[in-house]
Amino acid sequence: MKPFRTHRGRVAPLDRVNVDTDQIIPKQFLKRIERTGFGQFLFYDWRFSADGKKNAGFVLDEPRYQGASILVAGKNFGCGSSREHAVWALSDFGFRAVISSSFADIFANNSTKNGFLTVCLKEDEAAELMRRARERSDYQLTVDLEQCEVRDEQGFRAQFPVDEFVRHCLLNGLDDIGLTLQHEAEIAAYEALHPVPLQPASARP
Amino acid sequence: MPAKQTLFEKIWDAHLVAQPSGRSPIVYIDLHLVHEVTSPQAFDGLRAAGRTVRQPARTVATVDHNIPTEPRGTPITDLIAAKQIAALQANCKEFGVLLFDMDSPEQGIVHVIGPELGLTRPGMTIVCGDSHTSTHGAFGALAFGIGTSEVEHVLATQCLAQQTPKTMKIDVRGRLAEGVTAKDLALGIIGQIGTDGATGHVIEYAGEAVRALSMEGRMTLCNMSIEAGARAGMVAPDEITFAYVKGKKFAPREGEWEKAVEYWRSLPTDDGAAFDKVVEIDAAQLCPFVTWGTNPGMVAPVTGRVPEVGSLKESDRRSTELALQYMGLEPGKRIEDIGIDRVFIGSCTNSRLEDLRAAARVAKGHHVSSKVRAMVVPGSQTVKRAAEQEGLHRVFLDAGFEWRESGCSMCLGMNPDILQPGERCASTSNRNFEGRQGRGGRTHLVSPMMAAAAAIAGHFTDIRNWKFQ
Repeated sequence: MKPFRTHRGRVAPLDRVNVDTDQIIPKQFLKRIERTGFGQFLFYDWRFSADGKKNAGFVLDEPRYQGASILVAGKNFGCGSSREHAVWALSDFGFRAVISSSFADIFANNSTKNGFLTVCLKEDEAAELMRRARERSDYQLTVDLEQCEVRDEQGFRAQFPVDEFVRHCLLNGLDDIGLTLQHEAEIAAYEALHPVPLQPASARP
Repeated sequence: MPAKQTLFEKIWDAHLVAQPSGRSPIVYIDLHLVHEVTSPQAFDGLRAAGRTVRQPARTVATVDHNIPTEPRGTPITDLIAAKQIAALQANCKEFGVLLFDMDSPEQGIVHVIGPELGLTRPGMTIVCGDSHTSTHGAFGALAFGIGTSEVEHVLATQCLAQQTPKTMKIDVRGRLAEGVTAKDLALGIIGQIGTDGATGHVIEYAGEAVRALSMEGRMTLCNMSIEAGARAGMVAPDEITFAYVKGKKFAPREGEWEKAVEYWRSLPTDDGAAFDKVVEIDAAQLCPFVTWGTNPGMVAPVTGRVPEVGSLKESDRRSTELALQYMGLEPGKRIEDIGIDRVFIGSCTNSRLEDLRAAARVAKGHHVSSKVRAMVVPGSQTVKRAAEQEGLHRVFLDAGFEWRESGCSMCLGMNPDILQPGERCASTSNRNFEGRQGRGGRTHLVSPMMAAAAAIAGHFTDIRNWKFQ
């Protein structure tokens, strides 16, 4: 996994609440069996018309938000389906982090496995960043996972909470499967005590 | 005396493999359900790392999300979908995973077949790369949806590193009235607490109305937990649970059964155990609900109206305006005046035998409105066979409904069953997100009875006034 330490980049505002993963990556793109190449389908139904032409006016296509790598969005971002494709699409599009006042659990979990940061700020802080991203040209933020802090160069500074283990994995780009397998002895001991057979009853000894 | 514990805490503690300091607890997973859409990249990851499936005997797969509901044997014309199905078949073969394939007499939606095969049992930890895994919590299991990276994690280790969720009790006082179903209870709860009302929490549904629900009803209720943002939803196991599990294909057999039930009886939350949050719901206040917007919390009684934007608090106005614009609805419109084009009866929320019986009871002796196309998609081949044995398919076909093969179908429209732009659908599924059932499609979530009644009337109608024939 790509480590996340500190990232500075342009901020794009997506001023909607409850952005669900069906919007982030619509279902017609979930049939691919690869992990890559989903960026072109990000927010597809908002960005493109049914015939594949770009819709005028979608925020990510405004010239001033080109190259944005930090998204600020309304509360409950990433709700709905568990599709990790949503994180893959945001990442592949060029985003490294999303800032909101709340995130859906599965989306937040999926993000941590992909070196992608969900930054949870207080409602008024997130609203202030939304305002700045809309009003200022080339608005940039620094997301600092080492300090657990978001800051700009015009005096905004806010702390965000992050689980200590998640932070450790993200900072070091650790593969958590490898970490779990360090507990092989405990897993094997648990399994020895808990033989739950899943064979059909008729096939059991 | 041991501390008083909740159902969730008992299951959680029983599955802790390790609690490394400064790290998330490592939890053992009893059953891993796999489907075609969220697993190919996970199997690829295993291969790339030279790992294998640790416990093939605890891993069960089926195809459900993108398969057509045309008669089986019809070639799959969507080549990308066909490739994804082929990938699952190859992966199951390579890693020795039991697959209920398209031609299996037990194929079905993953959350329908787990319970009906007796794979889902009280006290288990169950995961699947699908958010509606919460369905299995109906059995007093801890069941939750995960992403593809975690699918790979479970395949490789049979464990997950998980932060401990908080607990929430939803206490439903009183009984549901005639015509008010588990679906209406779920919609009523989400309408009250919001689509993020239970974020970070595992819900335990309790109270008289919950205890009175059948297993099918409990599955419907737990299924929609994720729509309130919950990590999982659960109902304590009881005699209704045991009666459902007994005799199922993978259930404990004679000799193992008594011991299993004895353990299951120890699972319900101890009197006086504390929850992080408690919500009370008055069952008498619930009625048949219809969603009017683009998330499952945007809900109104069938006798009610689409909201007037001016009456809402400032923070809800914009999202309501956007939702009404997408849905093509005027503020203040009566719900019963909303006409529909399509009806979908199916999905992991409402496609079980009891759901089909309820819908058929409404449909019997009536005919689908001439402006409506209505389809019934049983949740599994087992449900389909059982329904056909009772003659439910005849009732539906005679009334002008389509009777199709099992799968997720138009709940998420990954297969050819989709809405056309602008089409309005009464759906028994779980999500009314923009484009969920097809780009530009407009979804209203309802119970199976309400969907069947809407199909016949051509618009929403209060099932409590229905003329059953």
